[in-house]
Amino acid sequence: MTVETTETKPLSIGDIRTSIESRMRNATAIAEDCFRQIEARDAQIHAYLSTNRERALNQAARIDDLAAKGEALPILAGVPVGIKDVLTIEGLPATAGSKILQGYCAPYTGTAVKKLEEAGAIVLGKLNCDEFAMGSSNENSAYGPVHNPHALDRVPGGSSGGSAAAVAAGMAVATLGTDTGGSIRQPASFCGVVGILPTYGRVSRYGLIAFASSLDRIGPFTANVRDAATVLGVIAGHDPMDATSSPLPVPDYTADLDKGVAGLKLGVPSEYFAEGLDPEVRAAIGNSIEKLRAAGATIKPISLPHTRYAIPTYYIIATAEASANLARFDGVRYGYRAKDSDTLSAMYRRSRDGGFGAEVKRRIMLGTYALSAGYYDAYYKKAQQVRRLLTEDFLKAFAEVDAILTPTAPTPAFRLGEKVDDPVSMYLADIYTVTASLAGICGLSVPSGISREGLPIGLQILGKHFDEAMILRVAQTVEALQS
Amino acid sequence: MSDSATVSVDDVRRVAELANLELTAEEETRMLRDLNAILGHVSQLNELDTSAVAPMAQVSEVIGGGGQQSVLRPDQTRPSLDRSRVMVCAPETDGTFFKVPKVIER
Repeated sequence: MTVETTETKPLSIGDIRTSIESRMRNATAIAEDCFRQIEARDAQIHAYLSTNRERALNQAARIDDLAAKGEALPILAGVPVGIKDVLTIEGLPATAGSKILQGYCAPYTGTAVKKLEEAGAIVLGKLNCDEFAMGSSNENSAYGPVHNPHALDRVPGGSSGGSAAAVAAGMAVATLGTDTGGSIRQPASFCGVVGILPTYGRVSRYGLIAFASSLDRIGPFTANVRDAATVLGVIAGHDPMDATSSPLPVPDYTADLDKGVAGLKLGVPSEYFAEGLDPEVRAAIGNSIEKLRAAGATIKPISLPHTRYAIPTYYIIATAEASANLARFDGVRYGYRAKDSDTLSAMYRRSRDGGFGAEVKRRIMLGTYALSAGYYDAYYKKAQQVRRLLTEDFLKAFAEVDAILTPTAPTPAFRLGEKVDDPVSMYLADIYTVTASLAGICGLSVPSGISREGLPIGLQILGKHFDEAMILRVAQTVEALQS
Repeated sequence: MSDSATVSVDDVRRVAELANLELTAEEETRMLRDLNAILGHVSQLNELDTSAVAPMAQVSEVIGGGGQQSVLRPDQTRPSLDRSRVMVCAPETDGTFFKVPKVIER
């Protein structure tokens, strides 16, 4: 087989299935191609933190055996996938992008990954991310940043930067990421791929190293909308291991993809087009909205009046929850332990100080402060009250519209190093994504144009709780109208 | 929450102790600057009167039909992870317990 790796059209899940079923190519060859692409490009991009070739090729051989026997293939048979390194797989490293988990290998496989593997996917390796998923640029990884495949001096977005970049560079056909305040949608936008934030409770969080438990979600990245719908259908569903997972049945998310947008009401919130929005992003999103109107949708101006309070609300709630979740990293049961401490408390402090990076410490400090005696009502309780107002904004809007259209991020990918010294400006990169996180609704980012400098721009489509089928249908229309 | 958030070095030290973090002098200075910048941004929440708004800790309460009526499951004994698989991750263990430095400090 020739090494026609770079700049070829990425394989879709459907292509893979057809070629394996028709015996044109087998799963092993497809996985080998991905590993070749990783060898060719990842020295520059740094999307993978670890790969496991032997394990992957064993999985591929099992698929090839099934095909050789003429047996029915599972839905993701032979699809090469990468997994964000905050999700556990038995026997494989799970660093969460942190030095405190260097060398740790997980004792069990989380539910979303288990479902992918049971559906025949081939796990190539674990993907780089901001430490404990805290960041908007992937520059907070203890193992070095990811570079945007479209422009190596730019960030891929974060925190799931490796997951987005791997798909964009053809180093996986699908990946899993996690999104607490925008960590799937924003990197999908920066890297020009599709990324879904499922409704809170749609995908089990078992096996996800927790950042902020009331906000954390797992979702897929793919090169096209149909593949995203397929992967979501595999990983969604109730799980006894996650008490917050929903018992609602999982529909076929591909069923309505081609229904178009005629007759749909799509809301455009004025607050997302205010000051601070890059003119090229504004133009690209405006262009996609006009195309949807031309395709038969009714475009309705709406207001989500509390939007400007979302970032401060998010950074209190997320850090408060993080300060509790990250208390478990104490050098006792797993991960890094500072050597030669005389007492237990010194060992705790020194292990945490040596193991955590600057942004993680900043968030633990902020969260601890917000929860501490005398400040709880002023910060944490206040943020929870505003969270309700933000959620009610969406519930009111969705009484009138089927989905909401916004930019995913205020700018295309920024340069590495551009925002590292200013946490507030970095946090504002999530200004359009944290709202859906707080409200628990579903959303996605779909490519919606390219800037003059060749950088991708993403359209965010937000939907009602558990209405993923609707936002996927709108996204499919956007994708079709792009080409 | 005052309009101009002011965290002092003493606050930083107190919170670091609560969080089991040991910050260097340089980290303390940076943390002081960053926390004040972030809390300054957060103070805009004071513009909103939330006296009649109930706090919302989880979205499950607004999801309605999508959420579960009850998340209680039968309290049954079930197997957990095998001890040897868990202990292999530990920094220091005798195979049965996690070993740690002296707990009682004098």
